[in-house]
Parts: sequence; C-alpha cells; structure tokens
Amino acid sequence: MIWDGLERCAVLFFPEKEVIVENDKQPCRVLIAKPGLDGHDRGAKFIARALRDAGFEVIYTGIRRTPDEIAAAAVQEDVAAVGLSSLSGGHLRLFPAVLESLRERGGEDIPVLGGGIIPEEDKKVLLDSGLAAIFGPGDSAEKIIASFTAACMQYHTDH
Amino acid sequence: MDYRKILEGVVSGEARAVGRAISLVESNHPEGVEILAALDSRRVDNCLVVGITGPPGAGKSTLTGALVAELRRRQKRVGVIGVDPSSPLTGGAVLGDRIRMMDHSLDPMVFVRSMATRGQLGGLCASAGAVIRLMAGAGCEVVLVETVGVGQSEMDVATLADCTLLVLAPGFGDDIQAMKAGVLEVADFFVINKADLAGGEALAMQMEQVFRTDHGMAEVSRVMRTTANAGEGVAQLLDGVELYGERIAANGEKLKRRKASMEMESLELAVEQLRPHLLGAIRSSSEGEPRRLAAGLVQEVLRAME
Repeated sequence: MIWDGLERCAVLFFPEKEVIVENDKQPCRVLIAKPGLDGHDRGAKFIARALRDAGFEVIYTGIRRTPDEIAAAAVQEDVAAVGLSSLSGGHLRLFPAVLESLRERGGEDIPVLGGGIIPEEDKKVLLDSGLAAIFGPGDSAEKIIASFTAACMQYHTDH
Repeated sequence: MDYRKILEGVVSGEARAVGRAISLVESNHPEGVEILAALDSRRVDNCLVVGITGPPGAGKSTLTGALVAELRRRQKRVGVIGVDPSSPLTGGAVLGDRIRMMDHSLDPMVFVRSMATRGQLGGLCASAGAVIRLMAGAGCEVVLVETVGVGQSEMDVATLADCTLLVLAPGFGDDIQAMKAGVLEVADFFVINKADLAGGEALAMQMEQVFRTDHGMAEVSRVMRTTANAGEGVAQLLDGVELYGERIAANGEKLKRRKASMEMESLELAVEQLRPHLLGAIRSSSEGEPRRLAAGLVQEVLRAME
C-alpha cells in the first residue's frame, strides 16, 4: 500500500474535513534545522522523529547552521515548512534572519515554525516578524505535528 | 507560479525554480511533464550521471561530499540526489544525507536534493530519473546519485547511472558476501573507502583479485582506494570516473545505458499507474486461484492493447 502522507496527516488531525489533495501521493516534506551555536539537538531530533512517525519526510541538516545555509537548503529541497530549534537565547536574531534569507532566495512563501526556550514576551515579537508558530517546553508533540500539518497543507494549496 | 516561469528559472539554474520543478515532477503534476519535455536535450546528454551505492556506514555520503568538493575544484556545476528509505509503515522518512554536504550549502553551483523512496514499487528509476534530467537541464555537468545499497535500489541506481561506484569499507565482509550476485556484477568502480583503517589494503587486494575483469580501460584500475573524510584518493577516483565517462560516451555505451534507463522508467511508470486498476479488477473477480486470475487479467490487458 502506498501511504499518502499528506492525506494521512490530514485524517489524523482533521478527521472531520474531507481532504482533497490534487497531487496525490505527495507526503509533507519539512526541514528541521538548528540555527546558531548551541549543540542541544535533542528537541530537534525528537520532533524530527515524531514527524517521521506521522508520515512526514523530514530533512535534518544537523547542528550549528547559519540562517543562510538553512534557507538555501529549504529552497533546494522545496520543503512545505521549516522548523527551527534554538536553545541558546539567540532566537530573536536567528529566526527572523532565516525568514530574511528565504525572502532573498524567493522562498518567502515557505512557512517557518520555531521552538525552544523562548520567553513569553519574545513569542509575540517572533510571530509579528512572520514566524507561523512558536512552541516551547510543555507543548505536546501532537500539537506541534498538527501545526506542521496545517502549514504544509497551506503550502500545498498555494502551489 | 506559471510552469513557463519555472522552466525559465530551471534553464538559468535558479535554485528556487529547480526545487519547485522537482516537486512538480515528484508529485506527477502535469506541468512537471511539460517542464521535462522542454529541457535542453544536449545538456541532458552531456551530463555525467554517477551512481554511488554500498552498505550502510561505508561512507557514501562523506565520499559524495568529497567528490563534490573535487568537482568544484574542477569548476564543474554539480547536482546531488540523496536517496533514503521511507518507512513502510508510516510513509515517513528522515533524510540526513545533507548533513555531510553542508560545506557546499551556500555554493550556487551545487544543488542537493534529498529523496525518500516513498515505498513505490516503481523503484528508483521512475522517481529519480526525471530529477536527474531536471538537474542536467539546469546546467549540472555531473549528477551524483547516492543510495543505500540494500535490496533493489542498488540495481536501480546502476540502471540509472552512466557509471556506478560501489563503496566498501573494511569490516563489511558479510555484506560483500550478501551482495555478490547483485551490484558487484554491475558496478564500474569499486571504491575501498576508509582505506587507512586496518584491513583496508587487504580488502582492496581481495577485490582486485576477484575483479580483474577488464572494463575496457587498462590504464585505470577498477578498484580505487579513498579516505573520504580526509579527501585522500578522491582526485584519482574522479580522474578515473571522468575518463570512464569520456570512454563510454565515445564508444556508444553511454547512449545504450541512457536508452535502457529511459525504457525502465517508462515501464515502471506504466506498471505503477496500472496497479490500482489491476487491484480493482482482482478484487471484483470471482476466480479463487491467483495464477489463473493473473493469467486472465494479463490476457485481458493484452487484448485491449491490440
């Protein structure tokens, strides 16, 4: 049997919706990346595995990447969403820098989600700067996967 | 985005356009077919497709990264396709080949794309063949296709590629045994990676013993030694591969391989599209014996084709 990842995600998280996928057999492709210098990748890897188990194709670029490297990879891979993880406190600088670099490469339509140790007052700043969602400790994997699913479906609808 | 605009971007090698075009093709979008049909066939013909396969942990990704570095030193535009398996249970995949190639992530002359096998029975040819042509159409002079050498994918990559490298490392004795009847027969080069480790030289000599067979090039050894993470032996390997590429282009072998690869791609796509119809017919049939049922179905299809 061929799993339609997108449809499967949609069924898991939007069971009430009739999902019409124009391009059948198109799983959600997402990029999980760690910008900046902290090497704590447990969270990023946990999310990568959780997304994989939910039927996503997850491209993981490893630790200590620059915003430009992440944006370049996202554009080449044409992912439907980018997930950034930062535990270093550099999120206010690093996350918007990824958005900026995506814009320069014509990938401003790729939604970017962020997670890590992010103070409440910074969340609004990041969301205002164009991040699609911000997660922190205590947010369930289900909630995060649902956000990725929604972001991917939006991207697929727009293209 | 209009497909003509994407096509324009592909021809001029814009990363965003190439990325979109690959997605269109991967999802069987009709516009993807339009783009494929409009590609510059000279670019596609002249491109050298190198398949890289071998057991997990032999150093394929690292060697691919080292080859990219050497190709860039030679001013070549490079495409890389990293194939990783999809989970047969959920369809999900973690694609990690990029990690070993991040040195080139900001080089506009290097385009890397990760692909999941997506559990298609169609195999690698149906999915990766078109991606190779898109990269070639975008100006890549060399496309490296890296795939883990387990099961069918290793034979698929040999069908897809103009030149296939089998990457081995010391300590993989059992894997070599297991692959004897597979890719060992079709690989053009045997790369003994991690050649600096204990047992590396012994493995290389063993392979030289077994594969003394001529691949039409007396001046280039069929067995190569590399230490990919230090870049050692990579230039010599690439010399051999490039020479081999020129040789098969000149003697018509490359054309023959490309033709076989395109035939395989057509066959896989056709079978893939027939599958749901066949399954429907099987489910609605009253015949209980699978062999009789299958023979009846094939008869019906053949009659319809006449």
